[in-house]
Amino acid sequence: MTAAHTLQPVALAASASPRGPARPALDDRKPMIECRGVQKYYGDYHALRGIDLTIREGEFFSLLGPSGCGKTTLLRTIAGFEGIDGGVVLVDGRDMANVPANVRPTNMVFQSYAIFPHLTVAENVGFGLRRDPRSRAEKAAAVDDALDMVGMKGFGGRAAHALSGGQRQRVALARALILKPKVLLLDEPLSALDRKMREQMQVELIKLQRQVGITFVLVTHDQEEALVMSDRIAVMFEGEIAQLDGPEALYARPASRRVADFIGVMNFMPARIVGEGADHVTVAVPGFGTVDIPAANVSRADRGDAGPSIGFRPEAATLLPMGAEAPGRVTEGVIDEVVYYGDMTYYDVIMDGSDDYDGVPHEVRISMRNVFGREVPDVGTRVRVSWSPGSLVLFR
Amino acid sequence: MTRLRGSGLRVYTLLYLAFLYAPIILLPIFAFNNATVIAFPLQGFTTNWFVQMAENPTLRQALLNSLLIAVSASVLATCLGIFAARASTRFDFRGKGPVMGLIMLPLVLPEIIVAVSLLVVLLAAGVGLSIFTVILGHTLICMPYAVAILSTAFSSLDKSLEEAAYDLGETKWSAFRLVILPLVMPGIVSALLMSFTISLDEFIIAFFLAGNQPTLPTYIFSQLRFPKSIPMIMALGTLLVLMSILLLTLAEYFRRRGVARTGQTDTGGFI
Repeated sequence: MTAAHTLQPVALAASASPRGPARPALDDRKPMIECRGVQKYYGDYHALRGIDLTIREGEFFSLLGPSGCGKTTLLRTIAGFEGIDGGVVLVDGRDMANVPANVRPTNMVFQSYAIFPHLTVAENVGFGLRRDPRSRAEKAAAVDDALDMVGMKGFGGRAAHALSGGQRQRVALARALILKPKVLLLDEPLSALDRKMREQMQVELIKLQRQVGITFVLVTHDQEEALVMSDRIAVMFEGEIAQLDGPEALYARPASRRVADFIGVMNFMPARIVGEGADHVTVAVPGFGTVDIPAANVSRADRGDAGPSIGFRPEAATLLPMGAEAPGRVTEGVIDEVVYYGDMTYYDVIMDGSDDYDGVPHEVRISMRNVFGREVPDVGTRVRVSWSPGSLVLFR
Repeated sequence: MTRLRGSGLRVYTLLYLAFLYAPIILLPIFAFNNATVIAFPLQGFTTNWFVQMAENPTLRQALLNSLLIAVSASVLATCLGIFAARASTRFDFRGKGPVMGLIMLPLVLPEIIVAVSLLVVLLAAGVGLSIFTVILGHTLICMPYAVAILSTAFSSLDKSLEEAAYDLGETKWSAFRLVILPLVMPGIVSALLMSFTISLDEFIIAFFLAGNQPTLPTYIFSQLRFPKSIPMIMALGTLLVLMSILLLTLAEYFRRRGVARTGQTDTGGFI
C-alpha cells in the first residue's frame, strides 16, 4: 500500500457523505433483486418469516441485524446456497427458483474470504474464468485489471496463504468482480479486520461500488458500518425486516423501539400520554416535563414493551453552564457520571424533577464534543440542558 | 513450560528408551555379524545374510505378496476413508456418531478377535483364503488410521472454499476436484503411507487369512524354527525397520505440509 492510497480514503471519510448525487434517483432505477414473501425453515426453526424487499440496480444495500436475525440466510438464499420454503426471489427480473448458485448472476465475498490457499493470487482471481472461452492472454489481462481495481497490482504471483487480512479481502473482491456479476453479495466482509483497516476498507468499498456500478448487498451486524456505506438499510430481527430506510431516516426516525436501540445510542424513558392533537401527541416524560411530540416522530412500540416510551439521542441535547441562555426548551440537572472518550464525552445527567414521574430519578445520557482547552465538567456539577421537542421520538 | 529437574527422572527416561529401542538396535548389529548364533561377542563383519536373503525364492514371494497386499489395502482404506471423512466432516446425517464410532472401533478391538471372526465368516461364506482375503482384513484395520488422518485434513478446510468455487461457476464435482482435493492431498498421501506401513508388518490377520500364501511377517515367523536362518531374518528385519521409519517420516512430512498449506495451527498427529 502506498501512502497516497491510505490517505485518500481518510479525506473522503471526513466529508459528510461519500455517496455522490451523480446517479439517477433510486426509485427510477430498475429492480435488481426482488424478494416476495420469502420463507425459510431449518427444521422447526423459522429463519425467514416472509421477507419482502426490492433492491434496485446499482444500489449499495445493507442487511443489518444481530446474529441469528436471518440476514446471512437471506443473503445465501439470494446467492443460491440455500433453497427457500416459500415466496419468490428474482434477480434482474428472473425467477431464481431453479437456478443453482453456480449459474446465478451473483457472486459472493465470504466472511472468511475463502481464498484458495494452494493457488497464487492471480490463480485465485482468475478462478472463475476457467470456463471462459477467451484466450489465455486476454484472461491474464482481465486478472491484471481486476487486481489493479482493488489496489493489488503486481501481487499476482504471490502465494495466497501469505496474504494479510486486508489483502485477502481485496483478492476476494477482485475474484468476484472479474465475472462482472449483476449483484455482488458481501457476507460480513470487514468483520475480520482491525478497526483502522475496517474504516479504510469501508470507504474503499463505497468507491469501488460507485466505480463498477454493480449492485452490492452487504450483510453486517455493525450498525455504524451499515450507516457509513449504504444507500438503504434493511434492519432485521428474528427473520423479519423491522425497518427498511436510508441511513438518515433510520437514525432519526426509527420505526420501533427495538430498531432505535440497535442503531446508535439512544436514551429510553417511560412516558405517559396526556393528550393528542392533530399533528402531535402530548406526553409527560420524567425530567422533560410535558412535551408535544410531532406526529412524524411517533413510532410503534415493540411486543413486550411495558408501555409508551420516549427515545432521545445523546447528541440531541446541549449542556450549558448555569445562567447561560439557549434556544429551545431548557431544563436543569446534575451531572451524575462522566465518561471521557477523547473527542467527546458522555454525561449522565439527572434532571430536576425526574423522580416526580414514578418516584425514582431517571438519568439521561448526553454527549458533547470536547473543545480543546475547555475543561470537562465534573460529577456533581449543576448544568442547564437545552433540547427541542422535535428530537424526541415516541414509541407507543 | 517449567524446566524439569531431578536425575531420577533422567535415569527413568533412559531406561525406558533403552527398553524400547535396544532390541531394535540389536537387529542391524546381528544382521552384519559373521555368525549363525545370535550372541555376543561379535564375530566380524559380513553382508552374507543380505545376499542369502536376496537369493531366497520363498522370501521373494513373501515380499511380493506383502507389497501387493499393502498397496491394495492402503489404496482401498484411503479411498473408503476419503468417503467416510468427507461425509463426517461436511454433512450431518442420522446415526453419524455411531457409524463413525464403528468405523474407528477396529483401532481398539483385539486383532486376534477380528482375525478369527473374519476367518469364520469367510469360510462360512465359502470364500477361499488367499491374498485377497488378507487385503480385506488389512483394509478393515487400516481404515481407522486413514479416517483419523483424513478427517483432520477435511475438517481443517473452511466450508466456504467449496462454496466459493461453486459460486465462481464450477460444478459441485469440479469444485471438489479443483479446491478440496488439492488441499487434502497431503492428508491422502499421509493416509496411504500410514496404511501401507501398518499392512506391511501386520501378522495376525495375515497368519489367519492368507491360506498357504506367505507374507513377510508370517514368513519371518515360520523361519524362527530354524536357527540357521535367524541371521537372515535379522537382515530382513533391519530393512523393514528402515522402511517403516522412512514411510512414517514421509507420512508425517505430508501431514505437516498439509497443515502449513491451509494455514492452520498444528493440532498433533501420529508423530
